Amino acid sequence: MEKRVVFRNNVLPYILVAPQIVITLVFFIWPASQALLQSFLQEDAFGTSSAFIWFDNFADIFTSEEYLGSFRVTLVFSLAVAGSALSVALLLAVMADRALRGATIYKTLIIWPYAVAPVVAGVLWFFLFNPTVGMVTFFLKSVGIAWNHTLNGPQAMTLVVIAAAWREVSYNFLFFLAGLQAIPHSFIEAAAIDGAGPWRRFWTIVFPLLSPTAFFLIVVNIVYAFFDTFGVIHAITRGGPNYATNILVYKVFNDGFINLDLGGSAAQSVVLMIVVIALTVVQFRFIERKVHY
Amino acid sequence: MMVEHRPVLAFITHAVLILGAVVLAFPIYITFVASTHTIEAITKSFPLVPGGHLVENYLRALTVGPRDVGATVGTMMLNSLIMALGITFGKITISLLAAFAIVYFRFRLRMVFFWMIFITLMLPVEVRILPTYKVAADLKLLDSYGGLIFPLIASATATFLFRQFFMTIPDELCEAHRIDGGSPMQFFFDILLPMSRTSIAALFVILFIYGWNQYLWPLLITSDQSYYTLLIGIKRMLDVGEGQAEWHIIMAATILAMLPPVLVVIFMQKQFVRGMTETEK
Repeated sequence: MEKRVVFRNNVLPYILVAPQIVITLVFFIWPASQALLQSFLQEDAFGTSSAFIWFDNFADIFTSEEYLGSFRVTLVFSLAVAGSALSVALLLAVMADRALRGATIYKTLIIWPYAVAPVVAGVLWFFLFNPTVGMVTFFLKSVGIAWNHTLNGPQAMTLVVIAAAWREVSYNFLFFLAGLQAIPHSFIEAAAIDGAGPWRRFWTIVFPLLSPTAFFLIVVNIVYAFFDTFGVIHAITRGGPNYATNILVYKVFNDGFINLDLGGSAAQSVVLMIVVIALTVVQFRFIERKVHY
Repeated sequence: MMVEHRPVLAFITHAVLILGAVVLAFPIYITFVASTHTIEAITKSFPLVPGGHLVENYLRALTVGPRDVGATVGTMMLNSLIMALGITFGKITISLLAAFAIVYFRFRLRMVFFWMIFITLMLPVEVRILPTYKVAADLKLLDSYGGLIFPLIASATATFLFRQFFMTIPDELCEAHRIDGGSPMQFFFDILLPMSRTSIAALFVILFIYGWNQYLWPLLITSDQSYYTLLIGIKRMLDVGEGQAEWHIIMAATILAMLPPVLVVIFMQKQFVRGMTETEK
């Protein structure tokens, strides 16, 4: 789509796009290309000499048990976050769509956790499940469950999934509710007249019509779990215990900043870039045209 | 949309919603409760109702600050606010200008610029951590407000949103303006800007939350306490090693860290919902 009427000026448009383009070049494209270059280099610890080593850094990370472990952890983590945040949000949205009275109040009460930063969400849940001062820990102990996510890997994973999914429920809820409200009321009424109960109506009419929204949200949730949950991990587990919650984004930060492994960190960055590009392509090619409400 | 009236279903509906709202709010409530007690009460008795130390704890957090962090919560809130507003206004300004250029002018490299902006969608800071840090260091942006703000203000989402909106503005407006002999910038300020008000408001809400909640980037580039944002400060308070964390102060700081974005969502809910659904399309 193009405008028919435009201004004619040879200098002004360049001045107008300049700020955006300068920022993009300096802070996005240049660093990304550096990461790409760096991923093919091997540098000594002092940064004085470097050698071009083709794909050795990639070979290293893909044969490293720690990296592959981190990949598995990330997959489990993102599927768990997306799955739980989507199903809870769908349930709440279907209920909110049914509720005639108080719908606005429920909506407000359910969407506000989205405003809470991931790292703060981490702090909130870390406090509740804290091995020494946590209220939930205390309660769990009284029913015979010993909770200590600083020592127990599966418990640590459960906790970071809860903290990460918690604020994403609000986000999904908003989109599911919008999707539900866009379904023509006549469809539901027609089915009801034909004798379909609420349960059957949901699975045969509502759910299929909601699937584009659900598909879009799955992609968004996976992107969120992959890239925006650094704060949750950093606040609660720092990747531990014993790498049980060492997701890729945390590992790339840790290897680059704490362990100063430049080539390895750059190779990991490049792998992550490929993941984002793939997810973005999926989002734009398959979703853009289908989600309309 | 309730088709039939079954009291049992209505009861379940409300019960599920209330339970959902309570569970979602529970961690925030407990945090608030903890922020109103002494550290002894928190560590020994797991209080469930607010105590009497609200004013004392918040005043201490705001003016004295937690031990071992070296900055007061007041200072850190101010830093967070500067960063959030800087990012918000920065993104909106440069995106409006870029969208104006791309929609209302024909120039060489136009499509190159368009795709360059698009690519930023695929390059979140998480995938280019080290080299971006190096650029910021080379430009002497470490420990500065500029460093907290500039690297985060490129915005493909905002640019595309404004571009989409500008495309819907009738050509006649621009034509009439040109016939009257008006300049492009007059058109931008007198016609486009006022017409974009609702889009700007929706974006403002989304971007303010985004800016206030930034964590990884400030973590990388601030080492001087006077530039800590509140989220960085809270994380530092937790890292006490052997000692006992000052939970009452940490919880007060956590409530203060949630307050601005939560208030924005509650009081600007219409713009918030609009912003969410428009920027994600």
